[in-house]
Amino acid sequence: MSVALVIVSHSEKIAEGVVELAAQMAPDVVLVAAGGAEDGPGPARIGTSFERVQAGIEQASGGDGVVVLTDLGSAVMTAEMVLEFLEPEARESVRLAQAALVEGAIAAAVHAQGGASLDEVVRAAEGAVVSVRPEEFEPFVSHAAASPGQGGASDGASSAAAEASAGPTAGGSWTLPNQMGLHARPAATLATGLADLDAEVTVNGVDGKSVMLLMSLGLGQGKTVTVEARGPDAQAAVDFIGQAVESGFGEPA
Amino acid sequence: MRMAESLDTRWAVRWIQETARVVAENRALLIDLDRVIGDADHGENLDRGFSAVIAKLDAGEPPATPAAVLKLVAMTLMSTVGGAAGPLYGTAFLRAATSLGEAGEIDADAAAGMIRAARDGIVARGKAEVGDKTMVDAWTPATESAETAAQAGATAPEVLAAAANAAHAGAVATEPLIARKGRASYLGERSAGHQDPGAVSSALILTAAAAAAGGEVA
Repeated sequence: MSVALVIVSHSEKIAEGVVELAAQMAPDVVLVAAGGAEDGPGPARIGTSFERVQAGIEQASGGDGVVVLTDLGSAVMTAEMVLEFLEPEARESVRLAQAALVEGAIAAAVHAQGGASLDEVVRAAEGAVVSVRPEEFEPFVSHAAASPGQGGASDGASSAAAEASAGPTAGGSWTLPNQMGLHARPAATLATGLADLDAEVTVNGVDGKSVMLLMSLGLGQGKTVTVEARGPDAQAAVDFIGQAVESGFGEPA
Repeated sequence: MRMAESLDTRWAVRWIQETARVVAENRALLIDLDRVIGDADHGENLDRGFSAVIAKLDAGEPPATPAAVLKLVAMTLMSTVGGAAGPLYGTAFLRAATSLGEAGEIDADAAAGMIRAARDGIVARGKAEVGDKTMVDAWTPATESAETAAQAGATAPEVLAAAANAAHAGAVATEPLIARKGRASYLGERSAGHQDPGAVSSALILTAAAAAAGGEVA
């Protein structure tokens, strides 16, 4: 069993949509939607429900822990209250991530799928912040906004990276052969595969262990993927990426 | 003005009944205030929440203590309100209940302590400060006035009346403020010029507490 996620939103549809999106990249992770508020029979109204969040956490329990992700205001407060009402024993394995809902949920789901620990999943969620400057159509990346004073998504490896900084280096460039390019699923494949390697890896200048940053590159078919790696596993990381790209991630060219 | 009555379980029930009544009466006002600076659901959400509380009070055995009444309010608001007022007032009533313990009757110090506990709960939950244009701007002066009154030897109903008056003044004073918490904060300077709906509903709730005790509210 992996770490499970509970998605709390004011909107039932947003919560279900985030679950749907994250499930695409994390088919084995338990993802529970807890959006909207009860209002008798009929569709849920906009709001958050103490009972729904409580039931969602209960449903998600039983694995290696639960990470709760929320959208605005009352979703955060309702989730906090539910956590306060948990028995101390259950409380230990439930975390409330301070993260952007969509980006955080996807990063968390991918890490959970890869067997990451509760702490690692929370860190992945909190480090995942990406926005795009539409006027430039270039990815603008801000880690600091999510966790000031910390490195961001790659924190899990930061101590390893620090040690690795003196290690061997490796690199390579490949052209993306598949139609869809480096979209969500391949990005998840790369980030997950690199997660356990003792190396600092950048792909076109962004952290290769962050699925969100890889996706933010927006690399389509025919674009070049340039990898730089440093650390004991640098060569292994470069080889892994090279093979994955050359095979087109198993997708049609 | 009625004779000041002691604050017991029956007072707590009257407080909640009076709150439900004034919230229903001011539903449109709260919705309007929330429409200009929020998401227009405050009046509807609170009305739904307190109506559900009244339904529970009417259906079940009467609670044994004032704290039991407030705890029932807290649990019901948390599950029925939906918006930010749910966890905020839920926490407020829960902390207020905890501060009263098993006491069957509330004296002036306990009344002030109850308001302080509710205020601290709202601050802990919403992380707002005075001046952020939130319900904290009503609860903080209410707490200070209640404690000053209690120290000066006021009766429990007088403590509640002092709190209600200060909460009302605090709510009115939110009008020129720029919101720094909650949905209204996204509006920036456009949030100025309207009272904060949460501060207004807070004043209504505290005024109901004083009215249920027969205290004189200006």
